[in-house]
Amino acid sequence: MRADPFAFAADDWRANIFAALKEQQVQQMAYVPDAGHASLINACHGDDGINCTVLTTEEEGVALLAGAELGGQRGVMLMQSSGVGNCVNMFSLLKSCGFPFVTLVTMRGEWGEFNPWQMPMGQATEETFRRSGFVVYRADTGEDAAAMTGSAMRLAYDSNCPVAVLLSQRLIGAKDF
Amino acid sequence: MIERREAIAEILKDRPDNLLVISGLGSPTYDVAAAGDVAQNFYLWGAMGGAAAMGLGLALARPDARVLVITGDGEMLMGLGSLATLAAKAPANLAVLVIDNEAFGETGGQASHTGKTTNLAAVALACGFRQVATAHKQPDLAAVKQLVLEDTGPVFGVLKTGSDELERVLPERDGHIIRHTFKTALTNQQNGESK
Repeated sequence: MRADPFAFAADDWRANIFAALKEQQVQQMAYVPDAGHASLINACHGDDGINCTVLTTEEEGVALLAGAELGGQRGVMLMQSSGVGNCVNMFSLLKSCGFPFVTLVTMRGEWGEFNPWQMPMGQATEETFRRSGFVVYRADTGEDAAAMTGSAMRLAYDSNCPVAVLLSQRLIGAKDF
Repeated sequence: MIERREAIAEILKDRPDNLLVISGLGSPTYDVAAAGDVAQNFYLWGAMGGAAAMGLGLALARPDARVLVITGDGEMLMGLGSLATLAAKAPANLAVLVIDNEAFGETGGQASHTGKTTNLAAVALACGFRQVATAHKQPDLAAVKQLVLEDTGPVFGVLKTGSDELERVLPERDGHIIRHTFKTALTNQQNGESK
C-alpha cells in the first residue's frame, strides 16, 4: 500500500490546525505557498469539502474570501509574513464592509533568520495587522496554533472581525540553506 | 465606439434572477447602479484590483448563480494576476466584463495601458479563459451579452467605450449596508427556491 500523499507525519502539529479548520466548517482555502504550510496545504487539497485556490499575490485572497463570505462560505488564507504587506489596501474591504476573515501566517524575519531580505516585512507584520484592524494571535507551540485557529474562526465568523494567527519562526523552525 | 451606460443597461436589461453582479470602483459602479439599483449588485467603492478575485470567491461559493464582474480597465490592470487565478480555477458560472475607455476616468482621464499596448482580452485568453470577446461597435454588443450572461465560463468580455465623463449615479456607499443587502437577497432567494 502506498502512503497517503495528503497525510501528516505523526508529530506534525499542523494536523490539529487542519482539524480545527474542519470543525469550523471552512469550505474555501486560498494560499500563496510557503514551506511552513506545505503539509496543511496538501491536506486541504486532499479534502473534498475544501475548495483550494492558489493565488498570484496575497491581496487576491482577501478579495476572494470576501466573495466567498458573500456567498455564505467560510474561508481561510495561508501565507507567509512577506505577503502581509501586499494586502494592506485590500484589507480596507474587510473593514469597510465588516467581513469576517482569518489568515494563518508563517513568520520569517524574526528567529534565527538567515535571509536579511525577510527582516523588514517580518518585523512589520504584527504592527501592520493591528493597524489594519486585525485581532492578532501569536503561536509559539503547536498546541497554541490549533487552539488559536479555532478561536480565530469563531471570533471572525461570530463577531465579524479580521483575525491573524502568526505561527512563529521559532515554532516552524528557521529555514536552513 | 460603444456608449458605456447604454451598453451596461442593455446587458442588464431583464436580468435573470440568479445573476449576481460585482462592480469595480468608479464609473463601473455608477453604470451598474444606473442600470437598476437592485439587491443582487455588490458595489465596490475601493479595494482596487480585487473585483475579479471577489467574483471568483462568490462564484465558487454559489455554483447555482451566475456571477458577473463589471469593472474598468484601470481596476482590471491592477488585478491582472487575478486573471491567472480565475482561469486556473475555471468556474463555469463566472464572467468578467471590462468597460475599457483606455483611461483612468476618476482621476482626470489619464491614458491607461489599454490605449497603448495592452489587449486585456488577449491577456485573459493567454491566462486560460475559455472564451473572450471584444465589442468595438453597437452591433457587437449582442454577442458580448450572450458571452457574459450565458456561455460556459470563465469568460471575458471587453467593451471599447468612449471616455466621456457621464453623470454620476451614486448607489449606497456604506459597505456594511451593501453587504447586508446583498446577503439578505441571496438568503431570501435560497429560501424562496427551497419552498
